[in-house]
Amino acid sequence: MSDLLLRIANDRSSEAFNALFKDYRPRIKAFMMRQGANPALADELAQETLLTVWNKAALYSRDRGSPTNWIFTIARNLRIDRLRRETVWQELTDHHAETLEAPTVAPDDAMSLTQRQQRVQKALATLPDEQREVLVLAYVDALPHSEIARKLSLPLGTVKSRVRLAYQKIRSALEDLK
Amino acid sequence: MTAIIQHHVDTATLMSFSAGTLNGSLAAVVAAHVSTCSHCAREVAAMDLVGATLLGGLPVPLQAAGEDHPPMPRPTLVSPAPAAEETAVSEDSAIIPAPIRKRFGISGKNIRWQRLAPGVWHYRFSQDGENAGDLRLLKIAPGYRMLEHGHGGTELTLVLEGAFSDSTGEYLPGDIQEVADEIEHSPVADKVAGCICLIASEERARFRGVVGKVVQAWTGL
Repeated sequence: MSDLLLRIANDRSSEAFNALFKDYRPRIKAFMMRQGANPALADELAQETLLTVWNKAALYSRDRGSPTNWIFTIARNLRIDRLRRETVWQELTDHHAETLEAPTVAPDDAMSLTQRQQRVQKALATLPDEQREVLVLAYVDALPHSEIARKLSLPLGTVKSRVRLAYQKIRSALEDLK
Repeated sequence: MTAIIQHHVDTATLMSFSAGTLNGSLAAVVAAHVSTCSHCAREVAAMDLVGATLLGGLPVPLQAAGEDHPPMPRPTLVSPAPAAEETAVSEDSAIIPAPIRKRFGISGKNIRWQRLAPGVWHYRFSQDGENAGDLRLLKIAPGYRMLEHGHGGTELTLVLEGAFSDSTGEYLPGDIQEVADEIEHSPVADKVAGCICLIASEERARFRGVVGKVVQAWTGL
C-alpha cells in the first residue's frame, strides 16, 4: 500500500494508481452505500476519492501519516460533504501530522506506519464482538452513538463505554510503537 | 493558547468526530479544540487509523470483484497548490480558532455581539444542515454567571479567552467542557478577565430564569 502511494507520488506511476484504484474502488463504493448512497453515486464518490488521492499524492510522503488513513479521511469527508450535505470540520490526518509533529521521522521508522496499521488490525480482531460492533456501526455505517443505542436497545452510556473500552485496547496496542 | 490544556475532549466524543458522525455544532467545537491541542490531534490520527482499517477490511462484493472496471484514464496532472498562507492574524481575532475563522470568515473585530442579559452577550453562527445544532460565541463580563440553562443532548464549551469555573473545576483557554443531557449548570466567569467561549449544543440551548425567559421571548432563542 505504502509503496503504491509512494510510486504514485514520486513517479506519477499510473500503473501504481490503477492497482490502488482496483483494490480500493469497490471498498469505498461499499463504504458509501452503507451511508445510503445508491450504487451509481457510491461509485462516483469512490472514483472521486481516488482521484483526490492521485491529485494530492505529491503531498504524501512516507514519513507522514499512513496512506490508508489518508484514503479513509478523504472518503469520510466526501461522505459528510456530499451525502449528508454538512460542513466538514475534520482535516486530513496528514495535516495534523504535518503541523503538529516534527516531520523528522527517520526513514528507518517508516515501517512503523505499516506496523501501526497491523497492530490496529490485530487489536480490532481481538476485541469482544460487542465492542467491535459499535465501532463498525460508527465508522462504517456512520451511525451517531445515539442511533447505535436505539438500534441495539442499549442505554447511550453503555454504547459510549464500549467505544471507550475498545479504543483503550487499540491505543495500548499502539503504545510501544510511539 | 499556550497554557497547558487540562480538560480534553472525551474519548467517545472524539471517536464520533473521527468517524464523521458527530453533530455539526459539536464537531465545530471539537475541531477548534483539536486545532490547538496536539494531544487530541494525535488521538484523532490514531482513531482515523481505526476507520482506515475497517474501510480497508470491507468485504468486496462478489459481483464487484468480478467486474472488469475500465482502467482509470490517466488523470491530468495537477500540481499541488501551495498551501494558502494565512494572512497575519490581528491581535483581536487571535482568539477565534482557525477552523471557525476559516469557515465563517469571522475575526474578533467583526463580531456583532448581541446582548442577551446584563453582562452576557452572544453571537450565533448560522449553519447548513437540519441537524447542525446550535453554535455560538458567548461573552460574559467579569464575575457574571452564565445564564442557567438546560440543553437537549450534549453541550460542549471551549474557552477562548479568560476563564470560567463551576463545581467541576476551572476552565482556561483551550480547555473544553462536555456536559451531558439535561444537566443544568451555571458557570461563573473569571472575576478579572471575564470569559469568551465557543459553545455548542446538539439542540438549541434553552436559557432559563426570568431574564432568560424574557430574552428567549424577544429573540426567539
